[in-house]
Amino acid sequence: MAAATSAVADAAAVADAPAGRPLVISTRELTKTFVVGDHRVRALRGINLDIAPGEFVSVTGASGSGKSTFMHIIGCLDRPTSGQYFLDGQDVARMSKNELADVRNRKIGFVFQGFNLLSRTTAIDNVEMPMLYGGSTMKTAERHRRATDMLTAVGLGDRLTHYPNQLSGGQQQRVAIARALINNPSILLADEPTGNLDSRTSVEVMGLFQRLNRERRITVLLITHEHDIAEYGTRTVAFRDGKVVSDRAISTPRSADDELANLPDVMEAV
Amino acid sequence: MSFLMVLRIAFKALARNKMRTALTMLGMIIGVAAVITMVALGTGAQSSIETQIQSAGTNMIMVSAGNFMSGGVRMGQGNASTLTPEDADAVREVPGVQYLAPGVSTRGQVVAGNMNWGTQVQGTDVDLPLIRSWPTTHGSFFTPIDVVTASKVAVLGSVTHEQLFGADVDPVGQVIRINNQPFTVSGVMASKGQSGMGQDQDDVVYVPYTTVMKKLRGITYIQNITVSAASAADTAGTADRIATLLRTRHQIQDGNDDFMVRTMEEMASVRLQATETMTALLASIAGVSLLVGGIGIMNIMLVSVTERTREIGLRLAIGAKSRDVLMQFLIEAVVLSVVGGSIGIALGLGMSRGVTAWMTWPTKVSPEAVAVAFVFAAVTGVFFGFYPAKKAAALDPIDALRFE
Repeated sequence: MAAATSAVADAAAVADAPAGRPLVISTRELTKTFVVGDHRVRALRGINLDIAPGEFVSVTGASGSGKSTFMHIIGCLDRPTSGQYFLDGQDVARMSKNELADVRNRKIGFVFQGFNLLSRTTAIDNVEMPMLYGGSTMKTAERHRRATDMLTAVGLGDRLTHYPNQLSGGQQQRVAIARALINNPSILLADEPTGNLDSRTSVEVMGLFQRLNRERRITVLLITHEHDIAEYGTRTVAFRDGKVVSDRAISTPRSADDELANLPDVMEAV
Repeated sequence: MSFLMVLRIAFKALARNKMRTALTMLGMIIGVAAVITMVALGTGAQSSIETQIQSAGTNMIMVSAGNFMSGGVRMGQGNASTLTPEDADAVREVPGVQYLAPGVSTRGQVVAGNMNWGTQVQGTDVDLPLIRSWPTTHGSFFTPIDVVTASKVAVLGSVTHEQLFGADVDPVGQVIRINNQPFTVSGVMASKGQSGMGQDQDDVVYVPYTTVMKKLRGITYIQNITVSAASAADTAGTADRIATLLRTRHQIQDGNDDFMVRTMEEMASVRLQATETMTALLASIAGVSLLVGGIGIMNIMLVSVTERTREIGLRLAIGAKSRDVLMQFLIEAVVLSVVGGSIGIALGLGMSRGVTAWMTWPTKVSPEAVAVAFVFAAVTGVFFGFYPAKKAAALDPIDALRFE
């Protein structure tokens, strides 16, 4: 407990955030160096980034720009070589593997390009999975109810017991989003979530992100190499050669809902 | 994560690939079933030997004359001429002795009509049918008077009866010739089969021991004394008292006995040991198949870990700890082996019964063998499941998520 309090104090000291608004993510001089054979690859060269609650941040950059490495560190899947990373005011850069697992479980919701649903496992079982690892003693019925609510919230209330191979790509990604949100994370981390989807479904998924962000105040960090997808966010951060090269607010983000209304109706995939 | 939850995840994962799960279990099933059946066969053989001993009488004591030495030539057990009918009479008075029959034998050519048959001519006493619990099928055993008068009466073993007269003929009252001397047949013994030592007990002619001594061999000593103790528990004590008595009678002080006293149990223990060795051999061969079953589990678990790398990556990403992944795969392996082991036990019990029913081999399923096979199956699961599980738990989440 004492450690956590001091971590918060550190965060306050280092992060020059506007008073009264605790940051969800705050990195200070974050670096990551990989050693490949005799070479040292400097994937990140000092990243300073603050993300406030309720922001919808798009991270763009070509492959090799360091955005994936950045995402792995933000997602607590990897630890930085140097620098500090505060998640909800907590310094997670020096945590042990088990502590990181707990942070991933409670504070981060992952959405992947390839959905990563368990095959031959129903939608509801997929969504329930993160609750199994929380160490909580939640009753089966309670888990079931929460998963049902979450699937309903993403518009799949009638697909609870469907298997992934019975769902369309967009529906699978929505199951994955429901799974990411089930433990009420501080941040939704989406890594190329539309990479495997056609353009209409991409817009639908972006619409879901926007709605969750707007209505539930969920902080979204979207990693993408498509600039038009990045335009759905409220802020866009560009990476190049392990550095942030631009960080700007988008005054008028694209609205997925409006675009969907204007799109010609195609047959809804089952 | 609760153990019940891990167990449920394991069952779900195994149910996802039913065919593979079944085939992997098959190795375990065959291994456990083989161990149980083999041990049941061995134990069955042992208990059938024990039954034979029971039927021969656990209270039986054999006193045989020692080896006869003449100028450095040792003739072997039973050839010394030091055991006499008087010794037998003295042994009869030893406390704990119930029945007693002096024995002396010779080989003889037995002739009946135009048939002849070479067989063992055993001289014995009227107590023999009592000691061996051995009834006659035709006529009766000879009488004490026959023994006292050394009369020429013979009781045929069933094989000798069949060879001389044919199984259907009642030979009582007929005259046969043993080494050219006429004997009257007084009875035929029931068939008894092989002895605990593997001899045919039915290929024999019994005559009074006095007749063998005086009429057939012309000797004054006997070769052995068959004794039955009054109580099975006191057999060893009775044997000791007989030995002490004979040492006194034969004035032996230096421990060089000119006779040997053995109980049936001592003789049988040799055969039991042989059977135990056979059981151990069979069980260890079956154990090898259990081992192969375990390697099968390890193989499949390794394949499964590779195949499910992305699943492992995902589980790690959503908050599973290395320990959780380790437990998941370990429990899967243990479920495979324990469920396989349980089916194997059922199959083993069935096979044991089948062997008894169709091949009439005695089998006896021992609870110990079942328990050992089951525990061994579970331990195999842990042992062979550990390496693949460790491998899964050591995966880096980033690499695992990217795995194609």
